[in-house]
Amino acid sequence: MTQAITTEVRSRELEAGNADAASSQYLTFSLADEEYGVDILRVQEIKGWTPVTQIPNAPPFLKGVLNLRGTIVPIVDLRMRFNLKEIEYTPTTVVIVLSLLTEGRERTFGIVVDAVSDVLNIATADIRPKPDFGTVVDADFINGLATVDEQMVMLLDIDRLLRPDELNAISTVTA
Amino acid sequence: MAMDMEQFHQTFFEESLEGLDLMESALLNLDVGAAEPEAINSIFRAAHSIKGGSGTFGFLDIANFTHLMETLLDEMRDGRRQVVQAEADLLLRAVDGLRMLVAAAQGAAEVDDDVITGLQAELQAALEQGPGAVTRSAAGTPSPGEQKTVAGWHIRFRPDLDMMRTGNDPLRILRELAGLGEIQVAADSERLPDWALLDPEVCYLAWDIELRGEIPRDQVDEVFAWVADEAELDIQPLASAVQATVEENEPGMVVDGELLVERRRKERRGSGERRGGAGSVETTSIRVSIDKIDDLINMVGELVITQSMLGQIGDSLGQDNAQAKLEKLRDGLTALERNTRELQESVMRIRMLPISFAFNRFPRLVHDLGGKLGKQIDLRMSGENTELDKTVMEKIGDPLVHLVRNALDHGLETPEVRLAAGKTATGTLLLNAYHQGGNIVIEISDDGAGINRRKVLAKAVERGLLSEAEASSLPDDKVCDLIFQPGFSTADVVSDVSGRGVGMDVVRRNIQDVGGSVELSSQEGQGSRITIRLPLTLAILDGQLVRVGGVIYIIPLVSIIESLQAKPESINAVAGKAEVYRSRDEYLPVIRLHHVFNIEADTEDLTKGLLVVAEGDGQKAGIFVDELLGQQQVVIKSLESNYRRVDGVSGATILGDGSVALIMDIPGLIRMTTSPVHDVERKRA
Repeated sequence: MTQAITTEVRSRELEAGNADAASSQYLTFSLADEEYGVDILRVQEIKGWTPVTQIPNAPPFLKGVLNLRGTIVPIVDLRMRFNLKEIEYTPTTVVIVLSLLTEGRERTFGIVVDAVSDVLNIATADIRPKPDFGTVVDADFINGLATVDEQMVMLLDIDRLLRPDELNAISTVTA
Repeated sequence: MAMDMEQFHQTFFEESLEGLDLMESALLNLDVGAAEPEAINSIFRAAHSIKGGSGTFGFLDIANFTHLMETLLDEMRDGRRQVVQAEADLLLRAVDGLRMLVAAAQGAAEVDDDVITGLQAELQAALEQGPGAVTRSAAGTPSPGEQKTVAGWHIRFRPDLDMMRTGNDPLRILRELAGLGEIQVAADSERLPDWALLDPEVCYLAWDIELRGEIPRDQVDEVFAWVADEAELDIQPLASAVQATVEENEPGMVVDGELLVERRRKERRGSGERRGGAGSVETTSIRVSIDKIDDLINMVGELVITQSMLGQIGDSLGQDNAQAKLEKLRDGLTALERNTRELQESVMRIRMLPISFAFNRFPRLVHDLGGKLGKQIDLRMSGENTELDKTVMEKIGDPLVHLVRNALDHGLETPEVRLAAGKTATGTLLLNAYHQGGNIVIEISDDGAGINRRKVLAKAVERGLLSEAEASSLPDDKVCDLIFQPGFSTADVVSDVSGRGVGMDVVRRNIQDVGGSVELSSQEGQGSRITIRLPLTLAILDGQLVRVGGVIYIIPLVSIIESLQAKPESINAVAGKAEVYRSRDEYLPVIRLHHVFNIEADTEDLTKGLLVVAEGDGQKAGIFVDELLGQQQVVIKSLESNYRRVDGVSGATILGDGSVALIMDIPGLIRMTTSPVHDVERKRA
């Protein structure tokens, strides 16, 4: 029974090109002892941290821009984006380069995380909806939660996480 | 054939619009009374291709309409009809009608049926009356001495196997032949393969055709004109067909050759005279000449060689004889540098189009507007082949039209006024383009009335831009500058000022948006000249690298006037916070880059750093930086494609070490820091 449903969902997933149904692969990374996951199909590459060029009057979590083989890619520090404690970048600090789809346009962004952990297969059935945090925590950008080996992984909706209007709103506050 | 016709349609539209532009410019240049046969021929050919194409693709209204034009042109071409002004004008209007039809077929516009029917009736009337009527009945017979006709032709037509893939339909050709006279066709199915091997897109058949009737040879040739190089073609006069069988091949070859030559000539002419549809319809494709591509291919080849050479040296670097290896490596790097630079230039050149794409709409505009205003105008254009970037061209089109309109409307006078002023009745409007340094310069000059200094000044005083005293002592070039002030663009000024007025500030802003500048000089009673300077490309700019604290920024070299070390006595504070710097009797607002961008600078002391005096939007400012570094050409990269617009920054580039540097947007930067100082400075200036 479950099997049938899974196949059906999978075929729909294939049709829609939508990767977060059935069982999908997620790239997980750690950030302040928490595990997060992003849809692996959105990951372009993973690279070590290199100094970036600051953007004037940008929100603090936007570290700056980087030259990625001729394209200018903005880099966001995810710790600062989540208001976590800042730490020194270490040799394991990595930049995950993601492609986003916002406002019908594909854009490339990089996120700075503490370390990349693993690539996991997570079945849709194992993904729990996020609890209602009320207004305490802004959880718009969490797609759901999954438990892998007794550890909770937060699956991120990166399109929401790095929405352009969000970048604007914050920058006007700080400006 | 249920294949995707859309792509062919697109090509047909593009070619039709190009053909229409060509017809238009040729019609405008047509010397009525003593028309050159070549000019009429080129118009005829354009009409003919449009007719053929529209017939093939099923745009019957276009085909029918063009047919009338073609018939009229055909009579002119054969000398059976005199070229008179009325008919040239009618044809011009017909070109407009046809353009409307093409646009409608594209789905871009509505057809005004009344206009089309009206034009059709006029064309029909023109065909039926006058010189055409006499000779029309004789259309089938050859004009004396022109071409000998025979009882008919024997044609052996053996298309290449892939002819149908190039969009040519043999059936259409046979039908067209049938339209010329009595026809007998025998198909030769010798090449047909087994049923299983049959490819429906391949043309296996060949035909032996007997065409009877007094048909001139060139009419037959014309039917085959498009397929001549895709088929074996042998055309023999019918009477001599029997004798010719012995030596059939040789004359056949000659015929083939002739056709090829003619076709090639046509192609060459086509590329030389091609005036793009850029003016009328936004096309997304760009046509690139083969030699530009060949250059690129050559260069990429060299690049590959250099790369492999460097790779070899790299592999063997660990071995002895290091000194010689190092020498080789250095050579290789020099070659690589040269190759990449050339490659980059070539790639840039692909985007370059001759300015004639922007210029070619002016003959028509001047023709129409001159007629409407009752002015006689001689439009002269030079430097049409000067090339500039397609993007720049698109941006410059409208401002140019505006300036030319202005020159016609306000600059050039009516014949009576001109004669009274002791000038020739016909005014001259000159469009000129040339390269200068990394810029393209476009000049629009006329020998009209020029700008009335007194009226401009009066208006400026009235608007409070100047005081009476200032006005009387203002040098001429500053007077011309006033024209570009936004205050001068309002409608009530236009009728008052006898110079230019309408939206000159908009023109200037458009030009400045693409990093250009515009100047106006004028001699009252003698005419005016507008000089536009534009960067050749928007992809590269000459930049000055500056350092503020640990950050490197790039200031476009075009906007920098000078760089200076601040003298303590010239620094003034206004209202205790904003600063101005006095330089050459001007007060410049000081922009501290590190304040604007919230970064750490080496020093807060203006005298310890440098002031870069830059201009944007007609406003000057001193930009305070720690240090000037080098100057270099930088490739502009967009910040917006992945991020968003940043105030005061126009883009980014990648420096030699791979790091990203931001390019300053000087006008934006000055706007950002607009403060009360700004107004003070303006009033005092």
